[in-house]
Amino acid sequence: MHQASPFHLRSSVTVVDVVVPAVSPARSPLLHDGPAPLPAARGPVSAAFLTAVLREPTRSIDLRHFFWAGEAADACTDDDLQLALWLSYELHYRGLAGVDDRWEWHPELLWARARWEEQLVAGLELAVPRDDAAGSGDPVADVVAGLTALAEGDSEPSLSKFLMRRASAEQFAEFLVHRSLYHLKEADPHSWAIPRLSGAVKGALVTIQADEYGGGVPAGMHAQLFRVLMDDWRLDTTYGRYLEQVPGSTLLGTNLISLFGLHRRWRGALIGHLTAFEMSSSVPNSRYARGHRRLEGGEEAARFFDEHVVADAVHEQIALHDLAAGLVRAEPALAGDVLFGARCAAYADAVFAGQLLGRWEAGQTSLRPQAEVAA
Amino acid sequence: MSADGHAEVLGDVTVTVCPDGPLLLRGPAQLRSVDGRTVEHDRTVVALCRCGRSRLKPLCDGSHRLSRFRDPASAEQLTHVLTHATPYEPDDPDAA
Repeated sequence: MHQASPFHLRSSVTVVDVVVPAVSPARSPLLHDGPAPLPAARGPVSAAFLTAVLREPTRSIDLRHFFWAGEAADACTDDDLQLALWLSYELHYRGLAGVDDRWEWHPELLWARARWEEQLVAGLELAVPRDDAAGSGDPVADVVAGLTALAEGDSEPSLSKFLMRRASAEQFAEFLVHRSLYHLKEADPHSWAIPRLSGAVKGALVTIQADEYGGGVPAGMHAQLFRVLMDDWRLDTTYGRYLEQVPGSTLLGTNLISLFGLHRRWRGALIGHLTAFEMSSSVPNSRYARGHRRLEGGEEAARFFDEHVVADAVHEQIALHDLAAGLVRAEPALAGDVLFGARCAAYADAVFAGQLLGRWEAGQTSLRPQAEVAA
Repeated sequence: MSADGHAEVLGDVTVTVCPDGPLLLRGPAQLRSVDGRTVEHDRTVVALCRCGRSRLKPLCDGSHRLSRFRDPASAEQLTHVLTHATPYEPDDPDAA
């Protein structure tokens, strides 16, 4: 059961709107997620999306309202574009509250999203070097070397060290709020790759995903371990609950995987992304665990971090040698995409870390203000 | 090597020596302490520390990256060392 630590009694965690649900989803036997609640719009494109999807999905949409007019350099962090992408992707996961599921395959909406995706990819290609020096001629060796160099490069402004040593309880809770947008559907975006792979490469991915999903035991699923952690920090574990409070730079993290996951042509980038994820996980998670314990977080809740240290030490080897190298062995033409996906993962991580640390150093919250609930 | 291990039979125990990283133990191997006691666990793949820096020994915790542990663990190296019981010197013409 939950351990009420002294921290929990004295902390009001004012920046995070704390709601203790009447029935904690973490304790409900089905652990079933409802659709994500609809947030307020953050600009013209997300407004057009939110207006459209509350109508009948048999209707046509006016595509002129769905054109994002920003610059490629801003695509990765623009609140409006990232929210519109996140919502349109969410139709493929748990759905959106009050929105007809048929919108998932609305041809015009998909056309509009394809334009947003082009703009996101253009932004990523500006930020992430696509080609390094000429390779050795052996694409498998190049990919292994490139992924290893990326993992050893440690480009992240060290968010994990800050959380380990200095973060306040409020800041640690904010970190969990941001991460909830991914961890409550942890592993799902990478699972899109399963039907696109075969043989030994598929086997490698399934080995990793089986751990992510607790070997089929609901309470062992990483998403559920995260719920227990959120619960310990007195956060609301409802799926999508904190969408309203996270900025575009946070949404980029999941949008990137959905982009790669939902398009077969990006399967190389998806595998590269997962590999970079796994290769940069054990050490930060051991730091998060220490931060959590320093702030008197509960032991049961710490399992989320502890389990990631051990599981991802295994996953990083399988992902590098069996999954990423295995895919490139089977499809050498994907080598560049694998490295691109990995670098995009590192970039999104660095953007996220920079955003949080920047706001905290300025003495501000990293969360968006709670919008008034629309009537 | 690991990715070429297609001929693996279900139920086989394999140990993969990862370059600059841990030993990956797959399959139903019994993990024992020296007094012969078997340690129960439900992990399908276990990464055993090889760099000596893990805080979770015998398991790997990713510390090899921070300590820049280096051991290429190539097939040539493994074969040479297991056959000759001498250090593998790739530049040595007699090595392989």
